[in-house]
Amino acid sequence: MTAELDEDALVPLRVTVNGRAQALACGGGETLLTLLRERLGLTGAKRGCNQGLCGACTVLLDGQPVRACLTVAATCADRRVETAEGLLRGARLSPVQQALVDGGAVQCGFCTPGMTMALTALLRAEPRPDAARVREALSGHLCRCTGYVKIVEAALAAAEAQAQKGADGAAAGDADARAEGAAP
Amino acid sequence: MSADGDAPTSVGLSSPRIDGAEKAGGKAKYADDLSAPDMLYGAIATSPIPAGRILGYDLSEARAVPGVVAVLTAEDLPQRRVGSFVKDETTLARGRVRYVGEPVAAVAAETREAAELAAQLVLVDYEETPAVCSLDEALAADAPRVHPEQADYARQGDAAAEGNVFWSAEIVEGDPDAAWAECDVVVEEVYETPAQYHAYMEPCSALVEPDLGGRFTVRSAAQSIFYLQGRISEELDLPMARIRCVAPRIGGGFGGKNGVNVQPIAVALARVAERPVKITLSRSQDIEMLRSRHPARIRMKTGAKADGTLVAREAELWFDAGAYVDESPAVMSFGLLCSRGPYRCPNVRVRGHAVYTNKLKAGSFRGFGNPQATFASESQLDALARRLGLDGLALRRRNAMAPGDHWLGGQRVDACAMRECLDALEARMAAEVPALPPPEEGWARGVGVSGLSHISGLMGTSAAVNLRSDGTVALSTGVVDIGQGSDTVLPQICAEALRLPPEAVAYAAQDTDSSPYNWKTAASRITYTAGRAVMQATVEMRQRILEHAAELLECGVGDLELAPGGAVRIAGSDRSVSFREVAARAFNRIGGPIMGQHAFAFDGPRFDPKRAAMSNFAFDNLGVYVFGAVGLVADVDRETGKIVVQKVWSAHDIGRAVNPQSAEGQVQGAVVQGLGYALLEELIWEDGRLANPSFMDYKIPDGLDAPAAITPILVEDAPEETGPFGAKGVGEAGIVGVAPALANAVADAVGVRLTRIPMTSERVLDAIEGRASEAPASRTA
Repeated sequence: MTAELDEDALVPLRVTVNGRAQALACGGGETLLTLLRERLGLTGAKRGCNQGLCGACTVLLDGQPVRACLTVAATCADRRVETAEGLLRGARLSPVQQALVDGGAVQCGFCTPGMTMALTALLRAEPRPDAARVREALSGHLCRCTGYVKIVEAALAAAEAQAQKGADGAAAGDADARAEGAAP
Repeated sequence: MSADGDAPTSVGLSSPRIDGAEKAGGKAKYADDLSAPDMLYGAIATSPIPAGRILGYDLSEARAVPGVVAVLTAEDLPQRRVGSFVKDETTLARGRVRYVGEPVAAVAAETREAAELAAQLVLVDYEETPAVCSLDEALAADAPRVHPEQADYARQGDAAAEGNVFWSAEIVEGDPDAAWAECDVVVEEVYETPAQYHAYMEPCSALVEPDLGGRFTVRSAAQSIFYLQGRISEELDLPMARIRCVAPRIGGGFGGKNGVNVQPIAVALARVAERPVKITLSRSQDIEMLRSRHPARIRMKTGAKADGTLVAREAELWFDAGAYVDESPAVMSFGLLCSRGPYRCPNVRVRGHAVYTNKLKAGSFRGFGNPQATFASESQLDALARRLGLDGLALRRRNAMAPGDHWLGGQRVDACAMRECLDALEARMAAEVPALPPPEEGWARGVGVSGLSHISGLMGTSAAVNLRSDGTVALSTGVVDIGQGSDTVLPQICAEALRLPPEAVAYAAQDTDSSPYNWKTAASRITYTAGRAVMQATVEMRQRILEHAAELLECGVGDLELAPGGAVRIAGSDRSVSFREVAARAFNRIGGPIMGQHAFAFDGPRFDPKRAAMSNFAFDNLGVYVFGAVGLVADVDRETGKIVVQKVWSAHDIGRAVNPQSAEGQVQGAVVQGLGYALLEELIWEDGRLANPSFMDYKIPDGLDAPAAITPILVEDAPEETGPFGAKGVGEAGIVGVAPALANAVADAVGVRLTRIPMTSERVLDAIEGRASEAPASRTA
């Protein structure tokens, strides 16, 4: 019983979520996914299996993709969490998100936010991946609707668009392009 | 349809999904993303045994968990059995349990943890009884009955029930008994297919909010708001007026959300607790509690002339339906109907049986009985072609149906591009197969093809459209978009009929309080049936727009045409009025918007009982047929039996692609789901319990398993005259021929034919090495 009580006891947690510093309280055993979905109302990360097997809950922790359902929230203290909602600039989609929509890579959409985060991390680290690299980065991300073809195509299109914009942006000194292309 | 020869404004364009941005942006709300003030969490206690009597309950420990508000068993619910074909089911198990995972009790509590703990503490006193967990066990002469009470159930039709067989049906055409003598070659084989889990990415979930007037608003993962409303009403004895179903975003269905899942239980809890209740299943519970594709055994025999002309086909199908009838009579009947395939064959006898077992329900799943039948049929055609030394595509082309031919059962088929699909597939493969890099050392390459066909249609639907005061259009249907794209495609149809761009049409969310009726998002029916309703409603509104415009322009209606972008003009002149002006006049004259509405049920050719003797069939009407052909290249590792699919081409007689990008996505997704079925996916029971109810043990293809190249070929050579702009459905067809095409490729590569899927490495290796392979799907101690 003692252990259960400790699990239930709330502990303070300072964490930066989508660029905003938050002072929160969370359960000792609470996952990052529960924290995001139920305490912060950020439901972009989905609970598809709760076992780290489907990838739908993927978010970025200090820029690295993690399964939020397997990540204990308390371990995120003083770290940066990014979710699909955090990639939006107002109502504007990020280049990866826009490419997924334009490329017909979104059907039921349940896996899309997780895919988006994995692809965002990939393109930040490797701006011009090939199709095999994209598939590797998406391994363990399950999608039952698309057959993956249009997701991979969209990722390559996003890389292309980003390279184009980077080239244009560098010429014009466009800070926005850098902000979207690189980790804040 | 357009009044002048200008390019289409909407249909045929790959418009991005209108829900795409909110989904990619993480803002789309699925059922589990919703919550309500004062909401309770629901959890479900399930049967731990495959068969037994319920002798009593002890709910004291569950009720004692802090935060528990309500605990329900069947004793707290209306005393009624429900079901579409046979009324054999209850919301919570009553008197008996019939499979591991069957809902037995339900709990509502302040937190999810409390609800789950209390559900585990529901104590049920069971007397375990013998279970039947496979077709063999269920069909044995002295088999225990899954439903000893079967004779008392209300049921449709008189399909004689015998033992655990609850539905049998037959179709006979020609004289199959005499026909075998005319055949130069006859092949016969038994085929087996597995229980496949839908694996929609969103586990089933429902949020139910009661109001003080006694009404319940249900937001849930379901493929129909109206079916759901009716079923909740029936199960819980609530008038439909007190049930409002609203569609949130749905995370895939594939048939698995076609029936009810947790909604009636959530409503029952909310009724007792008088507070909102949300139930979201864990992935394991979703697998164990809900539905699979029917495991099937099919004995099939085919005879042909030496030139490959088909003469006779016989088949007997056994569909393992699990513990409750659900939609099994329809699934099995449709499997029968697909047992001849899209080919001419004058002498046919096919029989089917649906069988109770102590396993989770088998229900509708993309293809609806057809993938099982087609695995047998197309594997057998390939074996026949090899026996005769004929090319597989040539044999299929020789026998392929053509417009005006009759489907098995006698329904005339008017639009049919089967031959065009075979030709298109052959052309693409001839060009692209030789260009593939050669297989690795030790691997054998095979090429396999399969014909395919399906329906598009079934049941009723309707649509309503009106012209808002600013001249834009509001469209409403009851169709739930489960990810297949109807929220985008139906407005495209409406827009084209008015020569508007798609974004000029606002499409209403679906709500039983306000949406026109639609049956279900199922049967590849939405683009065709709901599209027709949208088209006719829009045409009706368009006619009224023209009438108002004629008065404004002081001319005859016949002098008018639509101009692109929302205007009516006198043909050949520059005199026009905008939709906004027409709408303003209507608001003044008739007190509101110009409207159109249309309800529709399939009115085309029907079965022909004079031509085909059909008994105990679950349908009397279907829809239009779609055709296609799939081919693939696969490499087989002779050492390990591993199969790698290099490339897939899938040609579809789509009539007209309303949104080509979306149609391609349907095909590509169906192909990969079909490869999962063919290669990987099989629910395994051990001692009546599922051994693999998680994504750890039940693998579906990920991006590394799926082939890099899947080429959809959309064949628009045979527009469906009755369809919207010639369109018919493509949602299911893509899965139908994948497994046999792969089995045929394996036979081509290594010279052995697998008659059982999934073709795991172990089974392939056993076949290569000539061992009788048996890792049975169902093991009992």
